[in-house]
Formats: sequence, structure tokens, C-alpha cells
Amino acid sequence: MSSLLFLIPITVVMGIAGLGAFLWSLRNGQYEDLEGAAERILFENDDKPLGG
Amino acid sequence: MTSRAPSNLTQGHDPGPRRPGVDEMALASRDLGGGLRQVVLSVPDMRCGGCMARLETTLAGAPEVRSVRANLTTKRLTITWQTENNSQPDFAALIGAIGYTAVLPTEGHDQSDAEMSELLRALAVAGFCSMNIMLLSVSVWWGADPSIRQALHMISAALALPAVIFSGATFYRSAWRALAHGRVNMDVPISIGVLLSFFLSAYDTFAEGRQAYFEAGTSLLFVLLIGRTLDKMMRKRARSAAASLADMMPKGAHVIDPEGRIDYISLSDIAPGTHLLIATGDRIPADGTILTGISELDRSLVTGESRWETIAPGGLVRAGDLNVGHPLTVEATTAPENSTLAELHRMLEAVEDGRSEYRMLIDRAARLYAPVVHGLSLLAFFGWLLATNDIHHSLTISITVLIISCPCALGLAVPMVQVVAARRLFKHGVVARDGSALERLAVVDTVVFDKTGTLTRYDPMLVAATSTGPMGFSLAASLARHSSHPLSKAIVSYAARGNAETLPLEDVREIPGNGLEACFRGERYRLGRAAWATDSHLMNRPAASTVVLTQGREVLASFVFGERVGAGSANAVRFLKEQGIAVQMLTGDVADAALAVAREVGIDEVTAAALPKDKAEVIDALRSRGRKVMMIGDGINDAVALKRAHVSMAPASGSDIGRSVADFILLNADMNGLEVALTTARRAAMLIRQNFALAIVYNVVSIPVALSGYASPLIAAVAMSTSSIFVVANALRLDKKDSLPSWRPARKNRLAGAVQ
Repeated sequence: MSSLLFLIPITVVMGIAGLGAFLWSLRNGQYEDLEGAAERILFENDDKPLGG
Repeated sequence: MTSRAPSNLTQGHDPGPRRPGVDEMALASRDLGGGLRQVVLSVPDMRCGGCMARLETTLAGAPEVRSVRANLTTKRLTITWQTENNSQPDFAALIGAIGYTAVLPTEGHDQSDAEMSELLRALAVAGFCSMNIMLLSVSVWWGADPSIRQALHMISAALALPAVIFSGATFYRSAWRALAHGRVNMDVPISIGVLLSFFLSAYDTFAEGRQAYFEAGTSLLFVLLIGRTLDKMMRKRARSAAASLADMMPKGAHVIDPEGRIDYISLSDIAPGTHLLIATGDRIPADGTILTGISELDRSLVTGESRWETIAPGGLVRAGDLNVGHPLTVEATTAPENSTLAELHRMLEAVEDGRSEYRMLIDRAARLYAPVVHGLSLLAFFGWLLATNDIHHSLTISITVLIISCPCALGLAVPMVQVVAARRLFKHGVVARDGSALERLAVVDTVVFDKTGTLTRYDPMLVAATSTGPMGFSLAASLARHSSHPLSKAIVSYAARGNAETLPLEDVREIPGNGLEACFRGERYRLGRAAWATDSHLMNRPAASTVVLTQGREVLASFVFGERVGAGSANAVRFLKEQGIAVQMLTGDVADAALAVAREVGIDEVTAAALPKDKAEVIDALRSRGRKVMMIGDGINDAVALKRAHVSMAPASGSDIGRSVADFILLNADMNGLEVALTTARRAAMLIRQNFALAIVYNVVSIPVALSGYASPLIAAVAMSTSSIFVVANALRLDKKDSLPSWRPARKNRLAGAVQ
């Protein structure tokens, strides 16, 4: 049972990291144009999202 | 109309034709500092990745442009450019050259984006917290010894805190607002349930170390936030579609200053006495009198009248009139903010909204539901308290009742159906403003059409052409080629389909307001208004406007123009009648023009020559007889009637006022969308009722279980989620293909419309 002592914190930290990544991408404007992003992969431009 | 002609070629998402000029673009742009300016353009016909890449590479090729970014979802282009020595590239022309239409969006950036990301953040936090707590709860339920259980509960409490505080704030705010106004809405039981379960669990964790149920409250928040987010997404999409339509009114005007220089200024700088230059195809920005120029005005947007009016110096013009003939100089008599148009805007604000008394289904349900839920929960608490004398146990059961009967099905199922319906409508070119509009559309029993621009198109159609000799059409076409008047263009395109040859004409003159005159092989020919061309003043102007070609006084050829009835109008009227819906026409145009169109599309009840006030009164009269009226109109003169009706619809090509008042916008220029909208709305209403039934059955089964104390809050949370899944799955049935059997003919009609 002592394994829980480090497993649970690891789970929570990983979860928080995921949440942080989502919030960062939201702030970064990556959800502004989902349709466009799907199409952009077909073009050879080296471009970044608007906010980045 | 000159400016409308090209829009026929780009059927479908007709954005209105007005292309913003360089000056207007500069006026609408934002100064970023350091000589950089940024403008956001709407390109409604950007549909695929190819369009996006083409637009970006073309614009990036202009030397001044620093960056350009297309957004395919909102169909916007953000262009940043360097202003050096005051030169500015004409973006609209560049975009036009590769076959797209660029317009300045009606509103710049809406602040709903911020609201949207706040909801998404709340959703993310609630999702993260509830999922983790759920996992911890599973291990607790699997069996954990008391010390570990205590630790897991404490971690759960820590995880629940951000969800309860941050994600729940939306609900608390709304519940508080409702309570402060002495009302009860759905958010009140939600807030009480979430807060009570959190505090009781926290108390249990720290004080007694018994059972805790943080997962119930947080998963409730998560599921409900999904519903809220879907609802918001639907509105955002509708707003961006509506905002991508062209603003009919210009944002500025060309003026002649006292020194004779021509300048482009913003509308707010126009004052009485300003001399305005109105080019062909421009709308008049302010009321005024004509100084020079003879032309024709299309006033259909303002008055509903389809016939153009010839005007000469001294004549009065009103804001919103479209100049179709020749350039004019106009002296403004009022500032734009005092014009007839602006007055109408103000009047509209004062008009009582026809749907204000309408309460959304979910609100009506909340009025019944919330007291019942609260009552049951209280009853459970006191009942169990009396029976067992155990406060803690009674409170647990009361919270279970609150959570198990929580309006999840209502909070999620209704927006879910509406989002699916709105998406389906969007695919068919209909933008629904919000969910309540769909609910209202489903119960409509009377439809009132405006004529000009709704049942008919703005551009006149050549109804009949006759010629007495072999040369007639060739001569007429050769003459017409020298003019940019819309009627001339129609004649040219008609003759081009036959085998008219271009003849070498001499001494061609255009007489504004009358027609064209030229010499050919020593003879003088005239093409124009019948009265002028035949030099007679006796002739009455017939109902449909006629253009004749004459030599001397002898008529060689004549062209009759009439109103072009929209491709889907007759179909739409027939469909409505089949559905047992009463159809009426309500127009500002004269009776004979109205009756001609009514006959063609099959409407029996016609009110003609109606002023905007009359239109609103007709709608009121229908409403007072208990009818659920839908008004379909586009013009400025329809705005009040649109607002008074139970539900309203406007074609995208209409006035900005009409579009901003209407609940639905038809992006396709024809009336085919009407059938899709009505069918979808009715189906959505049916699915919502089914979902309600599902929710009621679920509650009837689960509430007694909860009342009798057999369910724990965890089971309540699981049961609630299951019911939500059922309800969502039911909502998705709306998008099944066979629900709209009529999509095939609708599509065929649209293609037929494109080639006329």
C-alpha cells in the first residue's frame, strides 16, 4: 500500500501537466481554427498558429 | 443593378456584392504602431484548404504585406501590412482577382470569444478533477483500509476544490442572479446540490472519516458544463456566419471639400452641407438633395418598391437608397445619425419584441421542476430525520435526491438537440441564431412573406424581347454595350445568347435617365424608355418596365423587364401549404406588381402598398388572433414586422437591420432553406420532447429509490451520467440522412438557379 504514496501524486501531477497543456494550447489560439488546421497539414508552408 | 450582377454567378453563400474600397479598408483597419496596420476581412466563399492556401499566398505576394493568416472556421482573413509612403494595396481587388469576395465584417471581434474560452477552461478543470476523483473513488469502493481511505478522501477533497470553486462559478452566479430577482432557475438546485455535497463530504472526511462523495458534485458540474459549452459553440458559429455577411451600408463616403478636393471620410464626419459623391452602385449614406446628375434609384430595401425611381437635381434622396444609374453629387441635409435609416434603428429599439413573452422550454420546465426537486429533497430530509433521528443520514439522502433528480437531461439534452439541428441547418445554408428560435419555428402556423428581395430577386429579368427586323437585336446589343446600366447589361447578355453581331456605331451618347442614342449608317437610333425613345409624352408607363429600340419614331425592338422570382419561392409556398400553414404576402410595393408575383408563386392573400408601420400592424393583428406568425423579409421596411413576429427569417442579401433582427438567416439566395429549416425544427422539437420523456421516466424510477435510502450519492452520479448518455444518443438521431427526404430537389433547384 505504500506504493500509493508515490503513485497517486504521480498520477495527479501528470493530470495537472495535461490540464496545463490544454489550457496553454487554448490560450495559444490553437482552437481558433480547427477546420483550417486540418487542411494546413497538406501544404508545405512552415507556419505557426496565429498566437504563437 | 450593376453591383448585383456578379453575385448571380456566385450562387450559394451570397455575401452581397459591395466590395470595400481602399479608403474604406484603411478606415476599418487598426493601427498596430510602427507603421503597421491590421485589417480583418471576411471571405465567405473560402471553403477548403485550397482556398485558404491560395488566399494566403496571393496576399503574401503583395510587397507591403507583412503577414496574412486565414481562418477557415470563421472564414476570416487577418492581414497586417506596412504603410510606407501612404500607398496601400487594394486587398479586395487582389482577392477579387482570384475569384473570391472580400467584405468588411459587420462587427470586428466579438467578446464572446473570451466567454467561450472561459467556459472551455471551466470544462477542462471540471473534467480533470472529476475524472481523477472518480478513479480514487473506484479504489475506495474496491476496498481500502480506513487509513488509506482517509488519505484518498483528502486527495479527493483537494482535487474537488478547484472544480467546485472555479468551474461551479458559472452556475452560482446565474443562480444568485435568479434568486436576487425572486426567481428560481435550473442553476439553483445545481448550485445547492454541488455545494451541499462538497461541504458534507469535506466534513465527513475530516471529522468522522466516513463515506465521502466528492465525485457526485464534480461529475455533475462536468456534464452540465458540456451542455453549456455546446450551446455557446452553436451561438458563436451563428454569430460568425452572420458577421461574415457584407454590411450593406458603406462605412464612409467620398466627399468634395470646399477647395474641390475629393476625400474619403468616415460616416460620422458627414455633417449637413457636406457634398457627397455617389458612384454608380453605391448606397447613399445620408439623407440629402441632389446637386448634379440624373440617375435612377433603387429604393426597394427602404420602401419595398421594386420599380426604380428616376431622379434629377433638386430631388430628395434617403440613406439606404441604391444608385443604379449614373454618378451623383448630393448635398447632405442631415448627418447620418439623424437620417431616416438611423431613425428607424431607434424606432426598432423602442418596439416591443414579439418573442419577449416566449419562455424557452427549459425555463418553463425549470419553473415546475425546481420547486418539486427542492420539495422532495426537503421532504426526504425531514422524513428520515423523524424516522431515524440521524441528521447525517438524512442529509445524505436529501443530497442524493437532489443529485439524482438533477436536471442533467434538461441541461444537456436540449442544447445537444439544438446543436445538432443547427449544424444540420448550417450545412443547408440556414443560420439559426439560438436554440429558442428553433423551438419557436416548430410551432409556426402562419407565414408572411415580403416580396422584393425575398420572393423575388433584386435584379430585373428580361421577360420578353421582340424584334420587327433582323437587325433589331444586333443594334440594341451594340448600343447597350456602351452603357453600364443594369438593363443594358441584361440586354447585352440576352443578345449574346442569340447571334447578335457587334455593329460599328458612331456618335454614341448616353442620356441619363432616358437611354442611349447613336448613329449607324446615317440613321439615328435610340434605345431607352419608351416615352423618350418614341418622343411621345402620352404613353403610360406599363407595370413592367419596357425598353424599346427606335428609329425615328418607329419601334424596331422592345424588351420587357419584370421581377425575377427566386428559384425556390414557388416550391417553398407549395410546401408550406401542404403542411397546412397559412401563407400571406405583405409588401410595400404597388398592388399590380405584388399580385403578379403572388399569382406566380401561388399566394392568395396579399397586402400591398404597406408602410413599415402597417406591416407591424398586420403581424400584430395575426398574433392577437392567436396565430404563431413567421415573418420572412429582408428590407429596412420589414425590420419592425420581423421583430414583432413570433419568429423571423431574413435572406443574407437583405439589409443589415433586417438580418440583425431576424432569428434565421438564409445564406442561399433562394427560399429552399425554408423547407429544411421547418422540417429540422419540427424534428428537433420532437426529439426534445422524447428526451424530456426519457428524463421523466428516469426520475420516476430513480427518485423513489433515492428517497427510500437505497442509493448512495456515488450511485446517483453514475445513474445520472447514464441517463445523460441516453439522452445525447437520442439527440444524435436528428442527423440521420433519411430525416430530410427533400434535400435532393432542393439541390437541383439551386443548380438551376446558378445558371440562369
